[in-house]
Amino acid sequence: MSGGVDSSVAAYLMKEQGYDVTGIMLKLWKGAAANNESGCCSVDAAEDARRVAQLLDIPFYVFNFADEFERTVIANFKSEYSRGRTPNPCVECNRSIKFHALLDRARKVGASTLATGHYAQVDQRGGQYLLKQSVDRDKDQSYVLYMLTQDELSSARFPVGLFDKTEIRGIAESLGFRNANKADSQEICFVPDGDSHKFLADNVPEGSQRGQIVDDTGGVVGTHRGFAHYTLGQRRGLGVAKKFPVYVRKIDADTNTITIAQKDQMTATSINVSQVNFISGHYPPETRAEVVTRYRGPRSWATVTKTHAGYRVEFDFPADLAAPGQAAVFYQDEVVIGGGTVDD
Amino acid sequence: MHYFDYAATSPILDDVLEAMLPYLREGFGNPSSVYAVGRESKKGIEQAREQVADAIGANPSQVIFTAGGTEADNLALKGSAGKSEAGHIITTGIEHHAVLHSARWLESQGSTLTVLRVSGDGVVDLDALEAALTPRTRLVSIMLVNNELGSIQPVAEAVNLIREKSKALVHTDAVQGLGKMKVDVDDLGVDLASFSAHKLGGPKGTGALFVKRGTPLEPLFHGGGQERDLRSGTPNVAGIVGFGVAAQIAAKEVDEEAERLGKLRDDLQERLLTLIDGVTVNAAHAPRIPGTLSVNIAGVEGESLLLMLDSNDIAASSGSACASGSLDPSHVLLAIGVPTALAHGSLRLSLGRATTTANIDHLLGCLPKVVAKLRSIPARPARPAGPARRRR
Repeated sequence: MSGGVDSSVAAYLMKEQGYDVTGIMLKLWKGAAANNESGCCSVDAAEDARRVAQLLDIPFYVFNFADEFERTVIANFKSEYSRGRTPNPCVECNRSIKFHALLDRARKVGASTLATGHYAQVDQRGGQYLLKQSVDRDKDQSYVLYMLTQDELSSARFPVGLFDKTEIRGIAESLGFRNANKADSQEICFVPDGDSHKFLADNVPEGSQRGQIVDDTGGVVGTHRGFAHYTLGQRRGLGVAKKFPVYVRKIDADTNTITIAQKDQMTATSINVSQVNFISGHYPPETRAEVVTRYRGPRSWATVTKTHAGYRVEFDFPADLAAPGQAAVFYQDEVVIGGGTVDD
Repeated sequence: MHYFDYAATSPILDDVLEAMLPYLREGFGNPSSVYAVGRESKKGIEQAREQVADAIGANPSQVIFTAGGTEADNLALKGSAGKSEAGHIITTGIEHHAVLHSARWLESQGSTLTVLRVSGDGVVDLDALEAALTPRTRLVSIMLVNNELGSIQPVAEAVNLIREKSKALVHTDAVQGLGKMKVDVDDLGVDLASFSAHKLGGPKGTGALFVKRGTPLEPLFHGGGQERDLRSGTPNVAGIVGFGVAAQIAAKEVDEEAERLGKLRDDLQERLLTLIDGVTVNAAHAPRIPGTLSVNIAGVEGESLLLMLDSNDIAASSGSACASGSLDPSHVLLAIGVPTALAHGSLRLSLGRATTTANIDHLLGCLPKVVAKLRSIPARPARPAGPARRRR
């Protein structure tokens, strides 16, 4: 329970389904963001979550996974940015914390099921657990859950995935939850005040040195504030005056150089993906899927083929360039069949 | 419920509640008012002041009522060391945060701070104290009993040392001592001592600071000048009356109760060590108040342990809770050299007036099973985060 409306209503829905529910809040961060008013892990958020648990008359505990979070999510965040890549910390958190450290502990203390406020669905077909998109496709979060295994899905429930967000807010309001109209969290929960530039400057100094912006001919066209502060595909904030819109095409950490290009060069016909998970547990030599390479990004049809290091995604038509470090998630209709980390 | 958290708080005693109720009903007067109902309130406070003074070996005029132990600690530290010229403060690494964080705040305001090391058994090192004392030392604050370990600190010996080497004021946080051991501020020789009502069957939100006559002290709050101008604000009459009765009962029954709790605790400790492997007792060789037992249970995390004990109707605590309710490894356990991993599996069992053998039997019936369950499922190996390959 984060103190937000989705996990609050998830707790209520589980109780309605007859489960003996215990609320858990995760303390994940020991730094300054703990005092953020909006972020998770703050005293305010803890009080909101605790109050909801009181209204639902369920026990409530805080689990401190700050050390594990530092070792996994934060360490990955820093190391990826220091290499010019763009990680998705929610994916890492689900992989290492929520469905690993937390799930293990939940099982230890005798829980059969771990429910979260994610917009997604778990289904069963032919003895297999399936991860599916939520009913409210605008809020769908199945993208950040592609790493789940059969074992983890067997214990997972996403009760809000059956509802529209407006219905969830309506339920929260009818139950008198004061967080019913709390804004959705957008920022990275551990970045104080949402100031990711300051966080990167403090934590990834090697990626925060000024360097050159070059165009595809190698000519210097500007200066950047540090390669870690840019994302592949970024258009705004480059400070480069060109007749046509230009985008970040390449981030080279070794030479501290950012290459820009025009729209027509911002596509790729294939990407390599590592750290691949297939939810079924069976790793096919080749499969067809619609591939998404950023959260809420578009789908592109592709053939996904096993390689010695992972999988190769060959798009039917050139697709938006994917930022290394992001998740590439494989869909068949509404079902997530798997995914991995974009390498190049 | 099987309650093992008397060091956190205690249920209010019937006699205490009965004494308080008239002051919440018809006896509502402001003790500063001159008419009858006001005078009654004033009388209640002054009687409580005598009761608390008698319980701690003080003169009633030396007892300043506060809104709890934390306020008493803050008044003692900031009121004596917070004035214009910054001085040197000495305290210990195992103090309650009310003292430790006040000392840190004073440091941020320009004072210099020495935090004394403690032994592995949670007793302050007097050699370190002697070495730290300087002519500039203005205040030394050493707790009487540690709240997590139950270890009793050599406050009287410390006072002798301090008097030889400096003119510093001496404060003791005696919150965990009163009701558990004989407390006499005169024998201790301190200038300032903090107390709290709810640790001994009194109400929450009421405490006291003993202030020896002639001790220079500035108030934290300015206002109507109540409590000898050291604690302005209309007093919590019912709370103070309850504190008085609780202190009186505690002082009267402390010897008998200490003997009973000591036996229960020793029995609990012995059986616990027999029933569960990998248990270490903290402060085992220190003089301890009866009733407090701090153990580390290898291979379990305190958070899971408390959750499972809670679901077995057992209330206990682990580490120290912060405002968000999460558990960080206790600064006290780290200060006595308990490794961080083991400190995460700490459990504090504190017994009190209503604790019976039946409670202990229930606890010892559950705890081995809970620990066995928590130890039975090994953690899955970590899943690698981020790509393994280095990009060229």
